[in-house]
Amino acid sequence: MNKPQISIFGSVYFVLMAIFLYLPIFILIVFSFNDSTVLAFPLKGFTLDWYRQLGNARELLISARNSVWVGVLSSLLAVLMGSLAAIAMTKRHMPGRNIFLSLASVPLVMPSIVLGVAVLVFFRKVLGLELNMWLIAAAHVLISIPSTILIVMARLADFSANLEEAAMDLGANYWMTLIKVTLPISFPALVAAFLTAFTTSFDEYAMTTLITGTDTTLPVYLYSLLRFPRRLPVAVAMGSIIMIVSAVLVVLAEWLRRWGTARTPKEERV
Amino acid sequence: MRDETSLNPPVSIQDGHGGIEKKLTGIPRRSQLALLVAPSALWLIILLVLPLITMIGLSFQKSAFGPDSEVFTFASYLNFWQNSAYQSLLGKSLWISLVVAGLSILLAYPVAYFLAFHAGDKQSLLLNIMIIPAWTSFLLRVLAWRLILGSNGLINTFLMWLGVIQEPISGLFYSVNAVIITLVYIWIPFAALPIYVALLRIEPGLLEAASDLGAKPWQGFFKVTLPLSIPGILAAFLYVFIPTVGEYVTPALVGGPNGLMIGNIIWDQFMRGLDWPMGATLSLVVMLIVLLPLVFMAKAAQQTGLFGGKSE
Repeated sequence: MNKPQISIFGSVYFVLMAIFLYLPIFILIVFSFNDSTVLAFPLKGFTLDWYRQLGNARELLISARNSVWVGVLSSLLAVLMGSLAAIAMTKRHMPGRNIFLSLASVPLVMPSIVLGVAVLVFFRKVLGLELNMWLIAAAHVLISIPSTILIVMARLADFSANLEEAAMDLGANYWMTLIKVTLPISFPALVAAFLTAFTTSFDEYAMTTLITGTDTTLPVYLYSLLRFPRRLPVAVAMGSIIMIVSAVLVVLAEWLRRWGTARTPKEERV
Repeated sequence: MRDETSLNPPVSIQDGHGGIEKKLTGIPRRSQLALLVAPSALWLIILLVLPLITMIGLSFQKSAFGPDSEVFTFASYLNFWQNSAYQSLLGKSLWISLVVAGLSILLAYPVAYFLAFHAGDKQSLLLNIMIIPAWTSFLLRVLAWRLILGSNGLINTFLMWLGVIQEPISGLFYSVNAVIITLVYIWIPFAALPIYVALLRIEPGLLEAASDLGAKPWQGFFKVTLPLSIPGILAAFLYVFIPTVGEYVTPALVGGPNGLMIGNIIWDQFMRGLDWPMGATLSLVVMLIVLLPLVFMAKAAQQTGLFGGKSE
């Protein structure tokens, strides 16, 4: 099993699985060009109308703008806080390290509905706040902190502490080392973590809908459109664009992660 | 100093750290490290720990608002204990989650195996092809399954065009089956990842040794590869099982009245019925059910060194 052998069964299975995974996405994109307000077969004909109408779909665009705002804000905060925590976590003498790591992984394993209602009850009942975009962003920070910590920790585990030690040898204090060495080295991971967090936030529905007030995010708005089938094709057109953009973002994030990892051997030799 | 973490498996553990670094002035003091962790810790406490504590409190209240909210009562727990509707819904949710997790792993395993052992230099490309759908809009992919399974959907239209059926198959849509199919579709990439990682960690030498000792390929698989990939399978199970137990969006979109899960009832309690204490109680029950296997597996992992962690 040293050399990869050609496996006909494996290849065929992989192709079938890829078709299975992409078919629903493909069907949605097809329907975004279908000349009918009803999302059902048979297809009626080709049209670009839904994409043209996108420009006038004010609420859709506002919710998309809200989602971008929430995504950027929450991802920046999550990356900022998560990466600092991840840097501290790579130090074994960090007090309470395991407790923090367990706590930080809870949002990963908590069903969205539980997280959502817990945050809802806390905001509304304990703090007495009106639901708004800031609270949605705050909740999205919570669900993105774990992935940021994981990504940055993985990156920092890859490079040995030699570089930090070298900087300290040369007389840098800890903050200096952090700014001049550790953060630049983590940079690819920071970008990957940001993109991961943004994609998660941009797509989050299950928890967000519970804490949505008057201003909606895009997924929440898309869901509400399901009750008004006539406006659905425009939403599908929007969705097709989003799918393609998010696919590009994912490839970018993945590429950055790999690029970061591939550079490791060079750094170790420094 | 390389470092293993509880969430990521150790790359390699080197001893001898601490010898040089203790002498350096730049080694972070505990207070400096605490400062780095403080923002995240604070965020987790305010938005996770406090809300969960609030929920526990709420579950013992008679009502969420008004004078009745001062009354301490076990009513919600008694209600859950006596109401078989809640229990059967919870049972159904667990059953659906088990089936979805099982099917996802079964379907994802060959993909992970192919990627790990037969994909050659195309490995990372093919891996990306697998993962990309998982990152596109969840809601729209569920919506797509409405277009596939619905009465005017792809499958029915196709089968009627072929002449295999005259009437649309009604069992496809708004049913438990639709929920299971859609969720399996959603989770396959997530199930494949940890299995793939576990398979990559297997020493090729072990399989060679097995084959040198006369094991046939299928024996090699069942005696070497499969047992060594169990950590990945367990991680995949948790990846799928945990979010599925609390799932409510997919059942609402494709499940119909028969395909509802416990998450839908919780949603109703908070957004419609306004029996918040009951909703809180059900949420806590779901949380316990999710956390118990997790804690159990973590314990087993510590004792046997089996569980490779939930890394990607």
